[in-house]
Amino acid sequence: MNRRDSLKALGLLAAGSAVATAACKDTKKTEANSSVDDADKLPGVQDFEHERNLSLQKETFFTEHEMATITVLADIIIPKDEHSGSASDAEVPAFIEFMMKDIPSNQTAMRGGLKWLDMQCQKRYANVFIKCKAAEQLALVDDIAYPEQAKPEMMQGVAFFSLMRDLTSSGFFTSELGVKDLGYVGNVPGVWNGVPADVLKAHGFDEQSSLS
Amino acid sequence: MSAFQIKEIPEVYDAIVVGSGAGGGMAGYILANAGLKVLMLEAGPFFDPAKDALQMRWPWESPRRGASTIRPFGDFDAAYGGWQLEGEPYSKVNGTEFEWFRARMLGGRTNHWGRISLRMGPDDFKPTDGITDAWPISYDEVKPFYDRVDRMIGIYGTVEGIRNEPDGIFMKPPKPRLNELYIARGAKKAGVPVIPGRGAVLTEASKEIKGRGTCFYCGQCGRACKVYGDFSSSSCLVIPAMKTGNLKVIDNAMVREVLSNAEGLATGVSYVDTKSLQEYTVRGKTIILGASACESARLLLNSKSAAHPAGIANSSGLVGKYLHDSTGAGLSGFLPQLLDRKRYNEDGTGSVHIYSPWWGDHSKLQFPRGYHIEYGGGMRMPSYGFMNWVPSVNGQVPGSDGQAKQAGGYGAALKQDYRRFYGANVGMAGRGTALARKDNYCEIDPTKVDKYGIPILRFHYKWANEEIQQAKHMMDTFQEIMHGMGAIITSKIHTADTLYGLEAPGKIIHEGGTTRMGNDPKTSVLNKWGQAHDCPNVYVVDAGPFVQQGDKNLTWTILALSMRTAEYILEQKKKLNS
Repeated sequence: MNRRDSLKALGLLAAGSAVATAACKDTKKTEANSSVDDADKLPGVQDFEHERNLSLQKETFFTEHEMATITVLADIIIPKDEHSGSASDAEVPAFIEFMMKDIPSNQTAMRGGLKWLDMQCQKRYANVFIKCKAAEQLALVDDIAYPEQAKPEMMQGVAFFSLMRDLTSSGFFTSELGVKDLGYVGNVPGVWNGVPADVLKAHGFDEQSSLS
Repeated sequence: MSAFQIKEIPEVYDAIVVGSGAGGGMAGYILANAGLKVLMLEAGPFFDPAKDALQMRWPWESPRRGASTIRPFGDFDAAYGGWQLEGEPYSKVNGTEFEWFRARMLGGRTNHWGRISLRMGPDDFKPTDGITDAWPISYDEVKPFYDRVDRMIGIYGTVEGIRNEPDGIFMKPPKPRLNELYIARGAKKAGVPVIPGRGAVLTEASKEIKGRGTCFYCGQCGRACKVYGDFSSSSCLVIPAMKTGNLKVIDNAMVREVLSNAEGLATGVSYVDTKSLQEYTVRGKTIILGASACESARLLLNSKSAAHPAGIANSSGLVGKYLHDSTGAGLSGFLPQLLDRKRYNEDGTGSVHIYSPWWGDHSKLQFPRGYHIEYGGGMRMPSYGFMNWVPSVNGQVPGSDGQAKQAGGYGAALKQDYRRFYGANVGMAGRGTALARKDNYCEIDPTKVDKYGIPILRFHYKWANEEIQQAKHMMDTFQEIMHGMGAIITSKIHTADTLYGLEAPGKIIHEGGTTRMGNDPKTSVLNKWGQAHDCPNVYVVDAGPFVQQGDKNLTWTILALSMRTAEYILEQKKKLNS
């Protein structure tokens, strides 16, 4: 079987577009509605894996207040810009909620970190984080967003913010919106013929660039 | 359960194969194609990559975006199983380490493996270092089988003429990616050769290979291939063998023991259906174990009878001994030259595009044998955690505006940094020869059983100075290569107190040696054909028979040796019948 036959067998011929359309549909379902029902069970996913996903989807970990705080923080970490939408546009808060249930060892650090944040704001601004003015929120974030220059008394906040930042970047750049923003153009059938000529040239390698 | 009934399967099979990975799959394929009636028992479920592979899925199709919470290599990885299986524990002797990865599924670990397909060389079969043990067979005896595996399954690579890195019959290799050109340049400065990779992926159509598609470069071999464009035992061996009508697969069948008669010959096996918990026995004239090195050893040790008081094939007491994995250590970083790089699809193949075979002058080293280096990095499909490194290193280079900045951050500037650093990462990992030692072993835990009541394994494995010195050599070499290409190292540079980053035994998932072959029944478990010295109708075809691995990933040698053993079985049958 040659490559053309491979792709035909896979139903991918003519195809970047067909795959993309199918993927878009799937995405709408997952992104618009984070719950996974039976129809969403992919072939090859084992029953116990699917059942676990379903049961986690039914649980709720964060309170409304916590979710609101996470949403504000996620959008501070990844805001809308001229290229793409914000973390909340990519439904990052719902992803973080899922990950708390999926990896419970992060629960205390996240819940406690959110509380730490509110307590700091209460002391400084007499308000919880989400009720503070934007400038106040950013002033606090500035104190915990730069691990190498943060004050020792801020290190608990630094640890929390780093975890929050990692969860946000994971959620954003693995969403359809984020993958597009990043410019990942793979996951389509094709032929790999090596580094494009203009890129080779720009990096000072030539067509004959050999390995040895 | 008042009526405990063991069902006897009425058929008597010519051969029963336990396990469906590389070894079991090849044996089943050869025997079924020769017309034998073969039964294959697999502990996990049926798996057909054409239907069950999670290839071409996007990260958002997993609620955890491919995180490794359930499957150790992430949601999309093809292996069912992992380091721990519910109800199937293993134990370790205090002060020793071993991590045991088990895939429970048709095709076993070949569904997700790296497809890196290296032949062991003349010096791997007959070592010249004065420390490691020789095999009872030479490279020249195995070469014809490697050649046939190359043609039958397909492999890419280049003819290099390196003495202990034997060439095969190769399809064209994928060209290097951009980061790999930088790596090759850095390695050259460090005096380390880099050559095109060798992978079990069909980069070309072949007249000898039917029913399989050609690679379309999605880079996802680890998810198994829907068009069978790479080697999995499920797609390339077991499913085709079933089509002969001579191979029957029973899945979800956990084998308990090999049964034998008063004369000590094997008569069949007993197994439990893992779904219904019904017990079965089935008879076979020849029993072939390909359950994985440790699982096959466990099975033999659990097969005790009056004729085999220490377990079948264990009159030497060596079943489970000489357990050895590969060594492994790694280093990662990023290339400032690749910041803000142009986007294009560089998925390539899911096996390696380049690697460094073991090189150089070995006369002054503090360890025998050596290692090869595998490389990674580039613009890969996004998945859970793949950007976590960026906020910790974005202070190490000036921003796009040329200004120095602090690591970390948030907002539009951080969002831009994620884009800027994406695809600029590089990594390398060594895979080397760990010594096969009698005092590294698995044995039956005297007090514990799994959920089926089968006694479990207990491991006893410690690294020695040779492996630690090899890891030190890796760590020094990796730093030189990184410096040579102008990369900034971002992972921990391990020193003596962390054994130079040497991974725990088992972590490289190359375990073998537990049923070693040899000419002397007192010092080996199997003869040079993989046949038990003390039970001539029992054979082992996984990595158990390996006397001593080279630094070459095991699969290609498992395939070649299993083919050789299966044909020996056919010859023996022919002799009996004539």
